[in-house]
Amino acid sequence: MVKTEADIWTLLASVPDPEVPVLSILDLGVVRAVSLSPTGDQSAVTITITPTYSGCPAMDMISMNIRIALLEAGIKDISIVSQLSPAWTTDWMSEEGKRKLKAYGIAPPLSNAIVDELFAEDHKIQCPQCNSMNTELISQFGSTSCKALYRCLDCKEPFDYFKCHR
Amino acid sequence: MTNSTTDTRAALSNYVLHLADTNLILAQRLCEWCGHGPILEQDIALSNIGLDLLGQTRSLYQYAATLIGEGKTEDALAFLRNERQFKNLLLSEQPNGDFGYTVLRQFLYEAYQLLLLRALQQSSDSQLAAIAEKSLKEATYHYKWSAEWVIRLGDGTEESHQRMQQALNEIWTYTGEMFLPSADEKALSFAGLIPDLTALREEWFKKVSAVLEEATLDIPALTVWMQQGGKTGVHSEHLGYILAEMQYLQRQYPGQQW
Ligand SMILES: [Zn+2]
Repeated sequence: MVKTEADIWTLLASVPDPEVPVLSILDLGVVRAVSLSPTGDQSAVTITITPTYSGCPAMDMISMNIRIALLEAGIKDISIVSQLSPAWTTDWMSEEGKRKLKAYGIAPPLSNAIVDELFAEDHKIQCPQCNSMNTELISQFGSTSCKALYRCLDCKEPFDYFKCHR
Repeated sequence: MTNSTTDTRAALSNYVLHLADTNLILAQRLCEWCGHGPILEQDIALSNIGLDLLGQTRSLYQYAATLIGEGKTEDALAFLRNERQFKNLLLSEQPNGDFGYTVLRQFLYEAYQLLLLRALQQSSDSQLAAIAEKSLKEATYHYKWSAEWVIRLGDGTEESHQRMQQALNEIWTYTGEMFLPSADEKALSFAGLIPDLTALREEWFKKVSAVLEEATLDIPALTVWMQQGGKTGVHSEHLGYILAEMQYLQRQYPGQQW
C-alpha cells in the first residue's frame, strides 16, 4: 500500500528506461520531484520529469510506464509534469547507474563538458569490454540521441559511449 | 506573461511559431537523407540532428498552442496550416542538394542558433528561456559536427572544394533573412524578450568566417543581395511540396496525434 512519498520513490526505482533497460528512470536522473497530496480517501500524485534530449522518443514511453506503475499500485489520480529548466544533465545520473551501464557494455558518461573546439581530441573513453584506454571516436552520433559510437583499438570491438551532456 | 499586453502576446506567439516552423521544415529536410547518407555514420548523424530539431519543435509548438489558446494543439499547428501561414526561414526549405550543400546549410544555421539560443536564455519570458536552455546543448553538437565537415570538404579535393564554394555562394543569399527583423521581432526586441537581431549579425559573421577561412572558401560579402519573405509567409516554390508530403496523413485521416 502506497502511503508516503518514499513509497512512490521506491515504486519509481522499478521503472526501467525503455532504451537502456538496465537503468531505472531514477538512475537516469529524469525524475525531479514527487509529491503526494491527500484528496479525500484517495491520494493525488504529481511526478515531475525532465526530458533528456528534446527529440528523445523514449520520453513519452517513460511517462506511460510511470503511469502504469502507479496505476498498478492503486493510485488513480496521477499528473506527470514535464519540466525543461534546469535542463537535464548526465551529472544527474546515479553512480549505481554508471556501474550498471558499464556492466551492460556501454561506457558511462564522464563528468566533462563537450569539447566544442573543432577537431579537438575528445576525452579518452575507456572500453567497457577490456578496460583499455586505447580507443577512438567513430561518430559523435550513435544509435540513440544519448550515445556516441567508439571503437576499441585493443580488443577491436565497437562500443557505445553514453555522451556527457551538460 | 503576467504583465504583457495582448499585442506582445500575439507577437510572441508569432515568433515562437517562426522558430518552430524553421526547425520543423529543416528537420523534414534532414530526414529525407535517412537511408541515403554517404556513409552509415553520417546518415545516422543527419537523422539524429533532425530528431533533435523535431524535439525542439514540439516544445515550441506546445508553447505556441498555449499562447494562442482557442484549443490549438501542436498537431494542428504543424499539420493544418498552409504555406502562407508558415513563417520558417527560406533557408530551411531549400532542397538538400549534395551532402556538402546540406552540411553547409546546417552550419550556417547552427552558428546562428548558437548565438540566438544563448541570448534567448536571458529572455524575460521564462518558457522561451527554458526551451532555449534545453536546445542550446544540442545545438552545440550540431554546430561542431557541421563545422568540421565544412572544413573537411572545403579544404578537401579540388572537386569537393569547388562544390562547397558553389553551395556557399548559393546558400549565402538565404542567410540575410535571419538578421532582418520582422515587425513582431522588432516589437519583442524592444520589449526585451528577444535579442536585437541586427547586433547578432556581426557576431555570426565573425564566427562563420573563421570556419569558412579554414575551409579555404571565399566568403561572400554581407552586402550581397539577400532573399527574404519566409518570416511573413512568402516562400520559395519548395515549401508547398514539403507540406504536401508532410501533412498528407493528417489531412487525409483527420485527428491523428503526434
Ligand atoms: Zn576493448
